This record gives sequence, C-alpha cells and structure tokens, in this order.
Amino acid sequence: MSPYILKVASVTLAAAAIPVGLSIPAVFGDRQPHPTAMTVVLLSGSITYPTPGEFLKDGRPQANPRLKRQFNTPLEIMTYQVSAADYAACAAAGSCPPPQEMRTIPVSAPVTGVSYLDANAYARWYSDVTGDKWRLPSDEEWAFAAAERFAGEFEGVENDASNPARRWLTSYRAEVDLNRKPDPLPRSRGSFGMNSLGLADFSGNVWEWTSTCYIRTTLAPDGSGVASSVDNCGVHVLEGLHRAYMSNFVSDGKSGGCAVGTPPDNLGFRLVRDHRGWVNRVIGYLGIA
Amino acid sequence: MITRRETLFGAVIGAAAVAALPAFSATVTKADIRGLPREKIKLLAPPFVHPHDQVAKGGPKIVEFTMTIEEKPMVIDADGTQLNAMTYNGSIPGPLMVVHQDDYVELTLINPDTNSLAHNIDFHAATGALGGGALTLINPGEQVTLRFKATRTGTFVYHCAPGGPMIPWHVVSGMNGAIMVLPRDGLRNDKGKPVKYDKIFYIGESDFYIPRDEKGNYKSYESAGDGYDDIVKVMRGLIPTHVVFNGKVGSLTGDNAMKAKVGETVLIVHSQANRDTRPHLIGGHGDYVWEQGKFANPPAKDLETWFIRGGSAGSALYTFLQPGVYAYVNHNLIEAVELGATAHFMVEGEWNDDLMTQVEAPKPIATN
Repeated sequence: MSPYILKVASVTLAAAAIPVGLSIPAVFGDRQPHPTAMTVVLLSGSITYPTPGEFLKDGRPQANPRLKRQFNTPLEIMTYQVSAADYAACAAAGSCPPPQEMRTIPVSAPVTGVSYLDANAYARWYSDVTGDKWRLPSDEEWAFAAAERFAGEFEGVENDASNPARRWLTSYRAEVDLNRKPDPLPRSRGSFGMNSLGLADFSGNVWEWTSTCYIRTTLAPDGSGVASSVDNCGVHVLEGLHRAYMSNFVSDGKSGGCAVGTPPDNLGFRLVRDHRGWVNRVIGYLGIA
Repeated sequence: MITRRETLFGAVIGAAAVAALPAFSATVTKADIRGLPREKIKLLAPPFVHPHDQVAKGGPKIVEFTMTIEEKPMVIDADGTQLNAMTYNGSIPGPLMVVHQDDYVELTLINPDTNSLAHNIDFHAATGALGGGALTLINPGEQVTLRFKATRTGTFVYHCAPGGPMIPWHVVSGMNGAIMVLPRDGLRNDKGKPVKYDKIFYIGESDFYIPRDEKGNYKSYESAGDGYDDIVKVMRGLIPTHVVFNGKVGSLTGDNAMKAKVGETVLIVHSQANRDTRPHLIGGHGDYVWEQGKFANPPAKDLETWFIRGGSAGSALYTFLQPGVYAYVNHNLIEAVELGATAHFMVEGEWNDDLMTQVEAPKPIATN
C-alpha cells in the first residue's frame, strides 16, 4: 500500500481494513476459553501526524513535528472500546481493580473511570483468558486506526521569543474556540459511530489510553533532529477529541489535570492483539496478502 | 388598611429617631431625605458591575435599585448537577451594588408569584432591623421597598435571612451578594493617597451541598422544597460538594475568563456569605487588600493570599505587570481544583524579562 496523508486517504485505508468478528476464530477451530472481542485488521500503511510530547528548540516551545510513520505489519485492533461488562469480568476475577465510575451508565457502555494501570491489568487478564497477547496501542497505532477521527494537538499556536505569554494566551483562546461542551455521561458502545476503517467510537466522549510515554524532546538548533530527550513514563498519552497527558494512576479526566481548558470527559481504552501468526493466517485465508 | 408590616416599619423609624444623637451631623429629617437627588441604577450580573463614579460627584443622594427574586433550577457543574437555586435578580451571587458613603440605598425587592417561598434581604452594610431582614420579608406575589443609609464604607455581604433553618438553606441555595460603599472621595492606599481602578470584577463564592443517591449520583428535585430535608442533612456535615465562583464550576473560565491588560489596575471584590475562603492570584499579588473589606482601615500591602471570613466581602487592588493566563483561586487547592473554586484572567501585554525569564529551558540533567 502506498504512503498517504492521513486526512485524504481514508478510502484507501477502508479498502485495507478487514473486520474480524467472533466467528473468525471458529473458522480455524481455535479453542476459545473466553469470547474474543470484535477486531479489525489494518494492513500496512503510513501516517503523517504530529508526534506526541513537548518539543523545545533554542529553549522555546515548538509545534509538535509532523512525522511520517510507516506500518509494515498488520495491526489488529478492537472495533469497540473495552466495555464496562468486559472490564467487570476482570474485576470479578480479582485481576482488575474496580473502575472508579460512580455514575449510572448503560451496561453496554465502554468502561470508564480506568487508569493506565487498570488498562494494563485488564490487558494482562484478557491475554490470560483468551490465550492471545493483548496490549494497549501506541499513540501512533491509535492515530493510524482513528484515521479521520484523529485530532492530535492544537495547532496554529503563536510563538514569540520575547513574550512567552502570547503562546499561553493563544492556546487558551484556541481551546476556548473549540467550544467543546462537556459531554460527561458514557453512552452505549457504537453511539459515536464508525470511522472509515469500520472502527467505532473514536474521539467520542471517552478518551483512550495509549502505551506511549510523555517525552520532552529538545530539537537541535540547526534542525538536524533530536538533540536530547527525557522520557517520563509515569505519564502516558491519551487520545480523543484532543490529545491529553495524564499520570498513570489517574482514572478521572477532570481531576487528572489539563493545564487549562476542557479536560477529557472520561478515560477508557481499547486493545490491540499481538498475534502475528494468527493475523497472517487470516490474511492468507482471505487471500489478501 | 394597616398591615402588621407597615406597623412594624413605623415603629422602627420611630426608634431610630429617638436613638439618633443630636450632634451627629449626618442625621437628617424625612423631609431632607425627600429633597435629595435620586439616581436609578440598572444592575449587572456578576462578575460585571454597574457603571459608577469612584469619587462621588456632589452630595449624598438616594440610589434606587430593583431586584427580582428568581427561584429556578441552575446547573452548577459540567456534569449537569442541578441546584434548586434561589437568586437575587437571577444570578449567583446577586449583583454587586455600588454607592457612596452617606448615600441612601433604596431597594425595591420583588418576589413574583411564580416563586414558592418567602424571602427577604439582610444587608450587612445596614443598621437595625436585622440588616433590613425584619422589614423586607415578602411572600410570592409581594414586593417591598427598603431604604437604609450607607453610613460605613467597605464591601459588605447581603443575603436572604427568612428565619430559623430557612436562613442557611436560602444562603447556600444562592441568595447572597454584596454591596460596595465607597468613600465619597474614593479609595486610598495605606499612606492615604488616592488609588483608582481601571476595572472592577465581582466574584461571589458559594458552597453548595447537593445530596447523592445510594449509587453516589447527585440527586435533583422537582422543587426547592422537595430537596430541603436531604440538603439539610448534607449541610450539617459541613463539607460542601461544590465550592464555586459565580454559581457554577467554570463560570469565570474559558469564554468567560476575566480580561485585563498589563498596566491596568483591577479591583477584585470577593464575597463569601457562609464560609471562610482565601483568594490567591497565581503569579500575581494583592497590591492593596482590604481583607475585611472595610475602607476605613488602611489596606494591607503586597499580600500573597487574603482571608475572607464567611459572611463578609473583601477587596483586592492589583496592577497587572505581566501578560499571560492567571488563575484566581481559593487557595485551599482541594476546593479550587476538586470542588470548582477557580477563575481565570487573560492578560494581554508585553512580557517583562526583568521580572521573570526562563534562563535555560528544561533539558537532561548535566552529568559532567
């Protein structure tokens, strides 16, 4: 598949997406100790997107560089966010902490009130009960799968070497101009519709944890690349209507701390399946590879 | 027909006349008052304040205000939590009223018949009759007019005080506001030199006590009265579920952030009718702070955080020196961040490197 720019290539991508339902494992007669989530397999491709983290050059904040990312192996990702019911099974098994969700939400809603640590506990448990390897997507995998629903960072933020306040004020105004009204109550899965790849609920009112750490990168003054970077893996990237960075133990977007502006309504997640051999079998079966 | 209320009104006037000291030059007769010039004020909803002179022009006058009491459900946070609010003029807090010392405040208070409860008003700036509360209790479908002389300068709370357990309930349902009585010759600093403000903002802080159901969700009620028993139980725990500025989490942030420019002097009037608070301007100061709110006392200088006693209003004068986004918070930071007591100022202007500069941007720790 040829490289493409994210926002204009959704049709190309759609052609490369294979929905994988509950019935697929049955095709191969795999033993299923636990029902497996619906997934979609995204074939190879690439995206150009603003990389997460904070970037400095000459001691000044920079717009997040837009870099091309190549995906050479298929990516199998859950069609829907992990549901409250699925997560409850993990909690009932004693393998996940109960979600910090005090509100009454539909049983069919995605799980919310979960931290990065909770999401990883679920991935471990789910891998155990399904016999497959499940994990959180990286930020770039998430962006690839979200396709036209990917939002990323605010752009067009003014930068003035002599007046750092201009950046603060313009980014504050940019957030205000988004005019996003809080939409706090989770809804049934699928309520926010499918993207062009047949994946549901991206950038609805549930933000999703990724496995990508917060990184502060200092770019070389001559533009030759990265001069230095410091990872803080106590903070991970969340994606949704806008990108967010939160401490691993935070399960409530509102108290998780966006500096200013409207914080994420809810925190949830979906997983990807690392099962190359299995994916290749599907692809072979469907005669695509 | 002589109603009981009119009888009471007459009795109080009589008592005031007997108590007045002959030497007190400000004492005037009813006829004198009748001859005073009148000014009618159109109140503005907070954080804005109706136009006014900082230094009085001419002599004392009668300043006329009208406030209509509105009972209505109001949303107090981003989750849509509902308060069966009781308000002066539709806002929480009620509008800031501004007069000068020795002016007469003449308030017409209206309780439309669409309301369900009796209300009144107790002005901390007023003298006698429970701050006017005893002369202003009106049922739905009634109105009343009260006049009091603004003898003392400062910022003062007003609130509803309809008796007994109704008092705290009405106050934490939104029925509070403030009045500012300016010295006739304007504000003065600690050295007695005149100071002026370019802008004034009124922030009324509220503590709300919203009951939850068995699952922990906030409950809503058909009417204020339906929620009364539950709310009183939460109130008695003394731990608010919400501590907010101007009636709602986020009422002074985003689109509604307060705006100023570098070099502008801002007067921030802050009231809390029920509970102590401690305002702090993050990255700024209080140049002159009337912590207790009373202008006859010299202002404190250069405060970092100031204390507003529950049941009082204070004010802080500050000239912005640096551009940026400022947070103005109740510096019990749990209340600011978790319960809602945060406001923002957007301040435009040139950055002053002398006051602050980032000498070196964040980078990996040097290891040589």
